[in-house]
Amino acid sequence: MQFNPKILKTSTFRLAAIYLLVFAISVGSILAYVFWNTAGLLERQTDATIRAEVQALADQYRLLGLRGIVDTVQRRSAERGGGVYLIADANGKRVVGNLESVPPQVIDETGWIDFPLDIQIGQNKQRRSARAFHTDLKDNYELIVGRDVQELRQFGDIIRRTLYWALGIALVLGLGGGLLTSRNFLRRVDAITDASRAIMGGNLSSRMPVLGTGDELDKLSRSLNEMLDQIERLMTGMKEVSSNVAHDLKTPLTRLRARVESALRSNSKTEYRAALDKTIEESDRLLQTFNALLSIARAESGQSREMLQAIDAQEIVEGVAELYEPIAEEEGGTLDVKAVAGLNVLADRQLLSQALSNLVDNALKYGVTGENPKPHIEIEGKLEEGNVVILVADKGAGIPAEDRARVLDRFVRLDSSRSKPGNGLGLSLVAGVMKLHGGALLLEDNAPGLRAKLVLPLHQSQS
Amino acid sequence: MQISHPRETESQGIGRNLDSMRILVIEDDRDAASWLIKGLTESGHVTDHAANGEDGLAMAQENLHDILIVDRMLPKMDGLSIIRTLRSKGITTPVLILSALSDVDERVKGLRAGGDDYLAKPYAFSELLARVEGLGRRNSQEPLETKLKAVDLEIDLLTRAVTRAGQNIPLQPREFKLLEYLMRNAGHIVTRTMLLENVWDYHFDPQTNVIDVHVSRLRSKIDKGFDEPLLQTVRGAGYMIRAV
Repeated sequence: MQFNPKILKTSTFRLAAIYLLVFAISVGSILAYVFWNTAGLLERQTDATIRAEVQALADQYRLLGLRGIVDTVQRRSAERGGGVYLIADANGKRVVGNLESVPPQVIDETGWIDFPLDIQIGQNKQRRSARAFHTDLKDNYELIVGRDVQELRQFGDIIRRTLYWALGIALVLGLGGGLLTSRNFLRRVDAITDASRAIMGGNLSSRMPVLGTGDELDKLSRSLNEMLDQIERLMTGMKEVSSNVAHDLKTPLTRLRARVESALRSNSKTEYRAALDKTIEESDRLLQTFNALLSIARAESGQSREMLQAIDAQEIVEGVAELYEPIAEEEGGTLDVKAVAGLNVLADRQLLSQALSNLVDNALKYGVTGENPKPHIEIEGKLEEGNVVILVADKGAGIPAEDRARVLDRFVRLDSSRSKPGNGLGLSLVAGVMKLHGGALLLEDNAPGLRAKLVLPLHQSQS
Repeated sequence: MQISHPRETESQGIGRNLDSMRILVIEDDRDAASWLIKGLTESGHVTDHAANGEDGLAMAQENLHDILIVDRMLPKMDGLSIIRTLRSKGITTPVLILSALSDVDERVKGLRAGGDDYLAKPYAFSELLARVEGLGRRNSQEPLETKLKAVDLEIDLLTRAVTRAGQNIPLQPREFKLLEYLMRNAGHIVTRTMLLENVWDYHFDPQTNVIDVHVSRLRSKIDKGFDEPLLQTVRGAGYMIRAV
């Protein structure tokens, strides 16, 4: 495992370090408690024994005088229990006891002392640790009672060393675990970074790795993938639109070029003239297509929202109906309009009129069938569920349910309508205009025929 | 829409404007400008040309022209600034704005700046000529007219009565408006787009030629039963009410 300095910068490593600190403090306090309850306990017990003995001897001295305790001290000094005893006179000279003289550590009148003790074992002189309590008796005698605590000290050292090791191992394990976790985390983040680089590099179908653990990183990867799916869908849509645009503009341009070319070859004045007339006609159609595309793009981008004004859509409905009514009549059909007042909307009069006129134009073109050759169109403007609704209904062949979403795309023309003039942009423009107005275009079955429905939010006028 | 070269209308002997106007063309595109000037000259008008905004403004300030044709985007000074400057100096020469920007918003901006009409590029010359001549007439028209007359057709703008050879012809409100516009321009061509903009106030292309149907309805009311047709279709250009 190679150490990667990047690990030190990861948030997991930082978390691991903080965790380690807390961990060390708790392990440390547990170990301190263990120490206090083992080595500490023995020391405290020894201290308590010494104090009790001092107390007893002091009491005895008070009752019986020096003579009363000398025997006891002498007897105890002779025992091989590790006891340390000394009764010294005012000059510090030993009266009785196994300690040769008052150790130099004694300063106060009474208290604890720790001092080295040299003991003769056979030939060897051994230095050991001792702990004693000293107190002054009456008549300037001094009493020292203690114990050889060499074993106790050694035991304490062993315990202390064990605890240090335990702490050390715990810290190393904690640190190692932290590093391992962060390395793991880092590897997954790196995988996500690599995937996003690949996508930026042009591999749009690449996706973030998902391990299936359901953790936060997986959730992140999943939502990023969903976002990428969405973007890819939009991109594909855009590509389709531009290739459609290219195709639908190339076809008439090719036609135009071919016509001019063949006219040039013909060398006849009438041919020239006919070709030029056709050229103007064709370029006008192309311009119309261009303008429609630009209008759609403009409406979809929503740039002209600030141009919207509060108007009553009744006026728009009646205006467009009046414009088209003679055409319906000319063709032996009818165009009925029914619009209530108070259809307050925030709208661009021109764009909304254009959208409605596209729908009526469609109804006139496609709202007829073989058995039903006369257009019967109904236009209605009403309030419905707090929205302004404008309906254009015909009795034609309608649009099959599966094609209703498709026909809103640019240049889509159903096979049944190809024989009629048109550029396949009419409904796209209506949808774009609705988007600009925060409304929607719904295509429904009029059984028979098509019912196109414009739904616009009702504008609450400030009064 | 059918478009034709201005010569075609001339050769049919109609649409020729005999009131010659002096027109200033402010347009930086050399080809577009020469095509425009050729057409206007052939239609009997006198033209001047400026190839940038500053020259154009200087020439327009001399106040010698009947009409200004101003391109929206020009070197040195843009078209809208020229119009604003002229209007702020009290020069009211009618202005036709030409622009490659066809948006309704752009149109509104142009008219707000003080333009009188707006034509999106590319345009048919017949459309431009009809509009230019319309602007010229608007300028010279007497504002207090209450009756319009063309041959034996007469309309009263106050009572809204229409008579032909003394015979009363009832019209729908929109038909009256349509006739009024044609009568105001009697003897001159008005295009379908001009009708759509001025009679209906629609600035988009309704695809189907709705205007034709409305005009033919009107024609059936004012021409039916009379020997001499007054409302004429000018092939490839538009419509015209005969003045004489």
